Amino acid sequence: MRSFTYQRVTDPSAAIQALAMAVANNNPPTEATAQPLAGGTTLIDLMKLDVMRPRTVVDINPLASTWSAINLDGGNLRLGALARMSDVAANPEIQRNYPVIADSLRLAASPQLRNMATLGGNVLQRTRCTYFRDISYANCNKRDPGSGCAALDGFNRMHAVLGTSEQCIATYPGDFAQALIALDATVEITGKSGVRNIPFAQLHKPPDDSPQIETTLAPGELISAFTVSGRWPRSVYLKARDRQSYEFALSSAAVALDVQDGVISDARVALGGLATVPWRAREAEALIKGQKFDEALAQRVADAALAGAQGRRHNAFKIALGKRVVARALHQAATMEI
Amino acid sequence: MSIAAPEPKANMGQPVPRYDAVAKVTGMAKYAADMPLANPAYAYLVTSAIAKGRIDSFELTEARNIRGVIDIVTHENAEKLKDVKLFSEGGYMSTTVQPLKSADVAHDGQIIAVVLADTFEAGREAAHRVKVNYRPATPSTTFDSPGTTSGPAKGQASRFKEDPKVGDFAKAFDEAEVKITASYETPTQHHNPMELFATSCVWTGDNLTIYEPSQYVYGLKNGVAAQLGIDADKVRVINYYVGGAFGSKGSTTPRTAIMASLARRLNRPVKLVPTRDQGFTIATYRAETRHQIQIGANRDGKLVALRHEGAEVSSRPDAYVVGGTKTTTRLYACPNVDSLVSIVHADRNTPGFMRSPPEVPYLFALESAMDELAVKLNMDPIELRRVNDTMKEPIGGKPYTSRSLMACFDEGARAFGWSQRSAAPKSMTDGDWLVGYGCATTCYPTQMAPAAARVRLQRDGRVRVEIAGHEIGNGAYTVIGQAAAEKLGVPFENVSVHIGDSDLPPAPVAGGSNSTASTCSAVMMVCDQIRQRLFRALMPNESVIDKAKETVGMGQTPVAESANSGRPLDREKAFDALGVSVVEEYGEWKPEDAPKDSFRAMQQGQVRIVGGSAMSDKIAYAFGAEFVEVRIDKWTHEIRIPRLVGAFAAGHIMNPRTARSQLMGGLIWGMSSALLEATELDPRYGRYVNDNLADYLLPVNADVQDVEVIMLSEQDDHINPAGVKGLGELANVGTNAAVCNAIFHATGQRIRKLPVRLENLEV
Repeated sequence: MRSFTYQRVTDPSAAIQALAMAVANNNPPTEATAQPLAGGTTLIDLMKLDVMRPRTVVDINPLASTWSAINLDGGNLRLGALARMSDVAANPEIQRNYPVIADSLRLAASPQLRNMATLGGNVLQRTRCTYFRDISYANCNKRDPGSGCAALDGFNRMHAVLGTSEQCIATYPGDFAQALIALDATVEITGKSGVRNIPFAQLHKPPDDSPQIETTLAPGELISAFTVSGRWPRSVYLKARDRQSYEFALSSAAVALDVQDGVISDARVALGGLATVPWRAREAEALIKGQKFDEALAQRVADAALAGAQGRRHNAFKIALGKRVVARALHQAATMEI
Repeated sequence: MSIAAPEPKANMGQPVPRYDAVAKVTGMAKYAADMPLANPAYAYLVTSAIAKGRIDSFELTEARNIRGVIDIVTHENAEKLKDVKLFSEGGYMSTTVQPLKSADVAHDGQIIAVVLADTFEAGREAAHRVKVNYRPATPSTTFDSPGTTSGPAKGQASRFKEDPKVGDFAKAFDEAEVKITASYETPTQHHNPMELFATSCVWTGDNLTIYEPSQYVYGLKNGVAAQLGIDADKVRVINYYVGGAFGSKGSTTPRTAIMASLARRLNRPVKLVPTRDQGFTIATYRAETRHQIQIGANRDGKLVALRHEGAEVSSRPDAYVVGGTKTTTRLYACPNVDSLVSIVHADRNTPGFMRSPPEVPYLFALESAMDELAVKLNMDPIELRRVNDTMKEPIGGKPYTSRSLMACFDEGARAFGWSQRSAAPKSMTDGDWLVGYGCATTCYPTQMAPAAARVRLQRDGRVRVEIAGHEIGNGAYTVIGQAAAEKLGVPFENVSVHIGDSDLPPAPVAGGSNSTASTCSAVMMVCDQIRQRLFRALMPNESVIDKAKETVGMGQTPVAESANSGRPLDREKAFDALGVSVVEEYGEWKPEDAPKDSFRAMQQGQVRIVGGSAMSDKIAYAFGAEFVEVRIDKWTHEIRIPRLVGAFAAGHIMNPRTARSQLMGGLIWGMSSALLEATELDPRYGRYVNDNLADYLLPVNADVQDVEVIMLSEQDDHINPAGVKGLGELANVGTNAAVCNAIFHATGQRIRKLPVRLENLEV
């Protein structure tokens, strides 16, 4: 960890200004010299490991008074970016109308972390790739563009099988993002020139040739809220992992269905633990719509969801696992009592 | 009485609460890094990013410019410390690789520089700015890596004296009716005690005080003195509490003398708190092992031939070996036995003891193979153990001092509901779960070592016990206090216990489960000396007392019958007869069979452990039977363990509360070892990849559901005066195999390589 200036801001414009001060160069937001601090559960870790080296840390927690509301008005959901994971997971309305959101939060991290971590920070959580997090490994294109990728032929059991490139196979580690991308959420972004909204699916960028650029956020921009239209009571988040709690997904699935008279009128399938970014399996969804659920359908959907997956030495098992998780999540969503 | 404080059965002490419980739960217990220092300099380690090669140069300007940095010490300017032998070769060290001595790098994460700074933060920042230019060489990482060398352990590791064998294995195996040949593997594992490998060094004139979590304060004191080339009497090691150790804090690691040298150079206390990932390479670990087991049996299950071949990884310079064949070749009756242990030298740091060496990897292989044999024989695995149970070990024909293995199986099976098990694999399900029941034998040698103690009794019944034992979570304070209270007939609350300080009378390393047996035997002996003095004052003419020889301070002290007999003592009357207010005794106890130089070695921090299979006319082990219920999700193949049951017999149980806690911890670790724990190596670099507690997985609360510990009453008068077999390392030995045996029962799939992960299951 390097010494840094701590700055606490009390309104959004001061936050944007403090963050924008440091973005004169063209670094991606993760490399900007000023970094926003919310729950701190990723940033402080990475600073201690010397992976992130901000000169200024802008504490945006005072913005919680305006940016942490949980709102279910008019059949739509609006979640403030500074809402704590634990508060959202415990909200009975969200549990009833968006079980996929409540469960993706509840099954993430530990109670202590969920009490600290915010929704905005959570979706921007950085990869757990050990070669990225340990600066003594020289080859990491995400940390040091052009240096190579130690994970490609290294110990890559936790790494991605979807959305990978020859430059990076680091897994996007979060759970909540899979629920958001499945439900076609919108991200509200506050920046220098005001507020803009983008589909959640456009927030993260796959690694391609520039794994150091992880999102489409411009330097100095902050996520201020997420919105979801409609309600999704028939939705599940299923997470397979090595231990029962406090562990990242080896494979997870966020599934939301709208079933009318036994026919699936709308279906959403997103995958976690398998891809470099939050991953929507649209081709798989197309197979479901207008169908009646049965296990054979679930199997076809699962196969389609993982169709493009590429395994490597230690993570190839994730392809078969991913299929079983998708099939099981579909089964759970189709048969759940609502 | 409660679940945590079981009702004592015959030959068990009272489940008194831990002596240090309040201090620990209130945060008042001071661990090494909590000890206040006057104006310390903070040391931060820089460790190598390569496993093999040389350091061409350091670029230190940027690091030196960080405000608060005092100095950066590398091999170019460090004091050259004296070479000291490996602990198992008559020395003290965990490794003979001496960091900061040359530009050579011998393993991943070797200490290559130390930043000294006014604050921890400045030291860390500067360490991150140190640039090292390496000339890397290709490391040989593990088994099968090009460039490793290998050979039999016997002949290169002086601790490893024999490859046990008897009869004619080859012929018997060849002629056996039923045969099993199978290979097994266990992974690299790290102890990861919660307390990091902290060291603080303070010089007062030419006296050095070290605050460091240690399982052996006498070893550390002497080891550091030898490296610094100073008189060991000038060195004092203090650690009132150790926040977990599990073997990793048993021998002297290079960091301590380096810190002492730097503190002397700065003329200022130096405090080091290494990071979690540095702990993976500056201390020891359990190296990966491979095994081949061959068993030949008659159709009735009786073993006729057994061969166990083991291979282990060590470092280039050191022949460290755990070598568990001394146990596996003696566990069951079998007339024809053969074994061989070999060492593969790779570019790694030197491994060391880890709870429970060497039985954990070796019994995993044997107990898995026994289950495979039971399946092949279509025999209940408990019955297979019963058929081969023995009161006489097969290699030397020596009798077990006591052995309650089958009683443990029977009690454990009853509690677990083993009779509900349907024998066929894959025959038990519950909704989406495949259910499997498995069991295995667990055992651990009964070991003892010489120990000394000083005990003071006051007329008012207050007692002070001094012994340089170690509170590593084992309940040392508590059981030592109980031993004195029981012998002297005073309430436990009257006893103050002083341990964790090398200025106190020497105790052995707190390892190999010898601690309670050794320290309590010594304390009990010294309490008897006090009783003898008091009895003599009360009954100067009683003839039995005159027969006792006066050898206090000279070695094992024979104590008169009347003093030894537990006869009540009128303490106040005795003190009045003596005309004093305090009686104090010092004594040195050694177990039967201890070598002649035991006491001298004890003072020099060289432990002479005896027991187990190494005794001249008998063999002593604690035993247990472990039962596991495993559940495997049909969809995700996730493996969960809702129930663990262990039944154990370990001689006299000093305290059923602390014993249960130890045994429960062992079962949980055993489950962890079976399913979660592995340090992953990147063979290209010879480096550890998951060297942190987010990626080196340990069970969380949600993984630990129902754990039942049953302690059987057992009395053994042939081991030590305390009658204690030791159980700190008993419970996690058999669990690996019990888990895999349960997985086989649930799935029909035999997993022979640990840990078992969901991708290993085909279901």
